Amino acid sequence: MTSEHSTDFAIEGHGDISVGVSGAGASGDGSASATRITPGNALRPEDIALEVRRGTVRPGEDVAEYALRLGDDALILAQRLGHWISRAPELEEDIALGNIALDQLGHARSFLTYAGAHWDKSEDELAYFRREPEFRSAHLFEQPNGDFAVTIARQFIVSYYQFELYERLTGSADATIAAIAAKALKEVDYHRDHSAQWVLRLAGGTEESRRRIIRGFRLLWPYVDEIFEDDELTARLAEAGTGVQPSTLREDFDRLTGEVLAEAGLAGEYAEGGLGLDRIPQSLGGGRRGKHSEHLGFVLAEMQVLAREHPGASW
Amino acid sequence: MTNPNETHSKETPWPLWEVFVRSSRGLSHVHAGSLHAPDAVMALRNARDLYTRRNEGVSIWVVPADAISSSDPDSKGSFFESPQGKDYRHATYYTKSEGVKHL
Amino acid sequence: MASQNLQSVPAELSPEEQERERAGQAYFDRIIAEDSRIEPRDWMPEAYRRTLLRQVSQHAHSEIIGMQPEANWISRAPSLKRKAILMAKVQDEAGHGLYLYSAAETLGQSRDKMMQDLIDGKARYSSIFNYPAVSWADMGAIGWLVDGAAICNQVPLCRASYGPYGRAMVRICKEESFHQRQGFEILLELSNGTPAQKQMAQDAVNRWYAPALMMFGPPDDDSPNSKQSMAWNIKRFSNDELRSRFVGMMVEQVKVLGLSLPDPDIRFNEETKKWEHGPLDWNEFKDVLAGKGPCNAQRMERRRQAHEDGAWVREAAAAYAAKQAQKEHAA
Repeated sequence: MTSEHSTDFAIEGHGDISVGVSGAGASGDGSASATRITPGNALRPEDIALEVRRGTVRPGEDVAEYALRLGDDALILAQRLGHWISRAPELEEDIALGNIALDQLGHARSFLTYAGAHWDKSEDELAYFRREPEFRSAHLFEQPNGDFAVTIARQFIVSYYQFELYERLTGSADATIAAIAAKALKEVDYHRDHSAQWVLRLAGGTEESRRRIIRGFRLLWPYVDEIFEDDELTARLAEAGTGVQPSTLREDFDRLTGEVLAEAGLAGEYAEGGLGLDRIPQSLGGGRRGKHSEHLGFVLAEMQVLAREHPGASW
Repeated sequence: MTNPNETHSKETPWPLWEVFVRSSRGLSHVHAGSLHAPDAVMALRNARDLYTRRNEGVSIWVVPADAISSSDPDSKGSFFESPQGKDYRHATYYTKSEGVKHL
Repeated sequence: MASQNLQSVPAELSPEEQERERAGQAYFDRIIAEDSRIEPRDWMPEAYRRTLLRQVSQHAHSEIIGMQPEANWISRAPSLKRKAILMAKVQDEAGHGLYLYSAAETLGQSRDKMMQDLIDGKARYSSIFNYPAVSWADMGAIGWLVDGAAICNQVPLCRASYGPYGRAMVRICKEESFHQRQGFEILLELSNGTPAQKQMAQDAVNRWYAPALMMFGPPDDDSPNSKQSMAWNIKRFSNDELRSRFVGMMVEQVKVLGLSLPDPDIRFNEETKKWEHGPLDWNEFKDVLAGKGPCNAQRMERRRQAHEDGAWVREAAAAYAAKQAQKEHAA
């Protein structure tokens, strides 16, 4: 399924551009370069679009609906994370959050491209021309960035959830879903690590950082149950072997996040300086049915404004 | 060096790390640049994010910049003089055997 | 060249120190004459160090402030592909700022101090980033014209006499090869699009053309520091020389775009074999540099806020590292 590379990023062809360097100051012998760049050869949204155009892949309605959910989660999160670029606590973190945002955007594009094949719509038609109730993102993904602690808390929950989800989806009976999940799995594994490292540092850093990460978790934990909720669609997909029942991911999610939270000294009761997660009431959710948080409308208004000003235009 | 009148923050800046990247198996790690990080764990991750965004590497080393000892730049003349002129260390010195196969 | 430098040995030094200074200067002069590279621990004239520190840190600040006009459009990019490209590009700029701060740090100034100088308004950055990015086409014009001008400037800097600066530029030039192309392609797509899109593209080119030309710095006869920078092999070509080359490239490229440059005076001078352009408003350039640009205050405030909002995070990570080190020490 991977590709002959005509990448959008235009690296090939002049990947090793000559910059007129000679003698001292050149980067040493060509083979031991630390700047040799390649586009790699992973599954890209463009590869899926190509398969869709060729008619070699086309999901049924259930799988398309499912891909829409996964794609919308990733898209809204990418939109949120992209805001950090140029605003992060340190330049190194601008880059780290940028990488995560780009990973999520890549997953979103793959899932939406695949979903769109069912309705003969492109990723952009789905992203830019659906109305709010037609989106399928869960409330967790729509929550505002808040301070860095809130963003890390959201990343922590999301990446541990996505890891369990994608790990199981690599075995999906739907080859495209399995392929997208396989690519995404490796990336969200790193997202888990990034967020866990920061949870440890914020919880074990200063009094202020600990106060903030606790607040961040307590702000976001109400949206955890929703992402593990089963419904008729996931039941049918699980039956068909193409998707999974979200509830089946919960045990591993609880165990693995619990380990990190315990190491961070956050596992206990709130009164004792922990998060007191067991007692945090869970929100009703509804994102999968198009009932969204107050925030999504603003996210979409900003994301869609230009595209909608020029319907049918190409960019 | 610090002017007391400046609104300089009281925080301790993250230390500087030097980053070495192995571009593929079988090659050495090569100095790629440096970055700031609070500790080695984060330095490795920052290095991954900063210096391998375009598949530049398969392995990374990070070293605290202040842990590197280097030769004295003022003594470069004498420090590196000895190997000069010792042509007999190089195969090209042995001209009579030129043209002999497999030698 | 050696003669001018002898006078830089301060008289109050002891005879031994004076001797060391002279030997250092002679060594430095030889390296420059051989067009070799100066490395961080080499002796270097104080003025060389100061000039480089100013130039490299300004360059780094420009990358960091330059993220803002483009980051402004990430959330509104009109297609997901363009969103990914723009995100990657703005992220690259953070990386380029980092490479350059690292190079500047080898000259003995901490990044912390450079950042503080930027926030305190003591440091300069490329004044073009004080113009607003008001339409999507600006993403194209910034990539094509602003990055194009930057690349023209930067390619010769890969051979700058200061090793760390040259190496940073090599890396940056390699990575930036996509920045200009993506900008060009944004404009090309708009130019071939609806009339409204084409209008948007032309408007952006009209607004960014003159500021891009001014990125090369004041005319040669009004650029007092250029001569010394060229003698030190930091700068390889004069401001006007680079500007003329850039104009020549743009003249051809704009035809492919199906757009026009807002300059009726562009012509190729057969005598000098150089491209010439119409008059530029250097008073505006100086005004913007002096803080009177449309976005100066906004750009500084945004950087200041990000830095201050992040202080508790940086402190937390440093505190955690100290605690961990203590634990390891005790164990």
